[in-house]
Amino acid sequence: MSRTEERIETGTGSRPTMTVVPVRHWGQWITAAALVVVLAGFASTLVTNENYRWDVVGQYLFSSRILTGLWHTIELTAISMIAGIILGVLVAIMRESTNPVFSKIAWLYIWFFRGTPLFVQLLFWGYIAALYPNISLGIPFTDAEFWSVEMRDLMTPWLAAILGLSLNEGAYMAEIVRGGLSSIDQGQREAGQAIGMSRARILRRIILPQAMRVILPPTGNNVISMLKTTSVVSVVAFPELLYSAQLIYAVNYLTIPLLIVASIWYLLVTTTLTIGQHSLEKHFGQGHTTSARSSGGVLRNVMRLQRRGTPPEADIATEKAHG
Amino acid sequence: MNNTLPMVRLESVHKSFGSLEVLKGIDLVMEREKVTCLIGPSGSGKSTLLRCINHIERINSGRIFVDNDLVGYTERGGKFYEMKERDTIRQRQQIGMVFQGFNLFPHMTVEQNIMEGPVGILKVPLAEARADAHRLLTRVGLAEKATAYPNQLSGGQKQRVAIARALAMKPKVMLFDEPTSALDPELVGEVLEVMRDLAASGMTMIVVTHEIAFARDVGDHVVFMDDGRIVEQGAPSEVLSRPSHARTQAFLRGVLLESAPTAAVTEMS
Repeated sequence: MSRTEERIETGTGSRPTMTVVPVRHWGQWITAAALVVVLAGFASTLVTNENYRWDVVGQYLFSSRILTGLWHTIELTAISMIAGIILGVLVAIMRESTNPVFSKIAWLYIWFFRGTPLFVQLLFWGYIAALYPNISLGIPFTDAEFWSVEMRDLMTPWLAAILGLSLNEGAYMAEIVRGGLSSIDQGQREAGQAIGMSRARILRRIILPQAMRVILPPTGNNVISMLKTTSVVSVVAFPELLYSAQLIYAVNYLTIPLLIVASIWYLLVTTTLTIGQHSLEKHFGQGHTTSARSSGGVLRNVMRLQRRGTPPEADIATEKAHG
Repeated sequence: MNNTLPMVRLESVHKSFGSLEVLKGIDLVMEREKVTCLIGPSGSGKSTLLRCINHIERINSGRIFVDNDLVGYTERGGKFYEMKERDTIRQRQQIGMVFQGFNLFPHMTVEQNIMEGPVGILKVPLAEARADAHRLLTRVGLAEKATAYPNQLSGGQKQRVAIARALAMKPKVMLFDEPTSALDPELVGEVLEVMRDLAASGMTMIVVTHEIAFARDVGDHVVFMDDGRIVEQGAPSEVLSRPSHARTQAFLRGVLLESAPTAAVTEMS
């Protein structure tokens, strides 16, 4: 700190001293002060307003039913998201396929699952036994049957929730992945071909790792949104976090405190996810130090230059002379 | 394999993009251990020709042989059967290619770029592949850049890494698609220098280029193309110094005027 000050002094020592008056943003400060007052007023009600019933919140925050519900929410989010991502990658690749049947089926899938509300899709999975009472494995269009099961036994609330969330997520992920894949320059594919890589290998080693940079941020958003969307599966009577809270307040009528309990947990998990998303994005930003998104890379670059103590131009020149 | 046979042979090759015919019947022979330079105005089909040789573009008719091996198809009973991917890949591994836009893999370090082919496809042991990569990097004058990412390199350095990456597959022939066209003028020399060394080592090279000085100094055979056809070809001393065709003369006049400063730089280095 003192060293920087010294440097400034020596740098400006010979010049006359000047007082710099920055532009004052009075309007901004007045608005900001007003906002702070309003917020402080609201914050004080959190303490003074008895209706919040913080004692009840504290009592239920770690209750086993809430924690089980929280675990179900995390489980639903994880499974549906993983299934959705796998489905999304497959559908995105199908969509880009040269085979018209594949690309049309992929289009149809995205069209249907993005075009109807998740709520309705979940109800369909819940009531599917009314539509298909039995499912069986046999030869199509004949009576031959090797295996059969009643839909009512098969379609538990858990499975209905997973199916509804995954298939819906898959449609959105497909579009995200497709955007990522098409953001990669055609030359990358050709370079892979030129050294004799197979199409599958080019996709896995060249295209997807680079597309990740484009795919990850919206996927992170989708994970966070999925965590909250799981609350919709209460329609198929699956006791995730919100439904667990609802089941409790349906009996004791402590609606507000229990909703606060659920909200605290949702906030806690989404905050954790946000931090995780940030470090993942940094990882896949490797080799893209010029992009403003990857601040770690820029820093690394600056440090590299400082260590060497020569600007890059000088470096090139020495190599040119060397070669 | 008969070593007196040409490395690359094209027989009445036609290629169209939709209704646009880009190659209108190309017959061409490229000898082993020789440098063939393809020159001509943009849109004349020279880059497309190059890309057909390693089957990145499919031809519409005709035949291309690399080392006496029909590219992309199997001929049986008068019919051409398109090759399975596995066989196309096997052929491409023997043909190195360097692109105008470098096309390095930006998410991999320099040495990872070079090792991707040998380790991932040829299953060369990691240590051996790394030693090989470092040998190649030394050869192109970039030994100290092994762990750098492509975006930390200048254009000339990128292109030299791209050459090393192609060489790592130990190809029989190297294709260069305007390797210096995307470079700042002062960086052209270092890339041409590496190509010069490569030619001197006996590599069979096919170079699409606007560097007339390079074609004259390093080329063994010069092919002038215009509008999808070969207009004239022969030794550089003939085609470049005493072109017999009016279109060649006009093209060379234009290019020499334009690239005069670059040519001077190249000769100085």
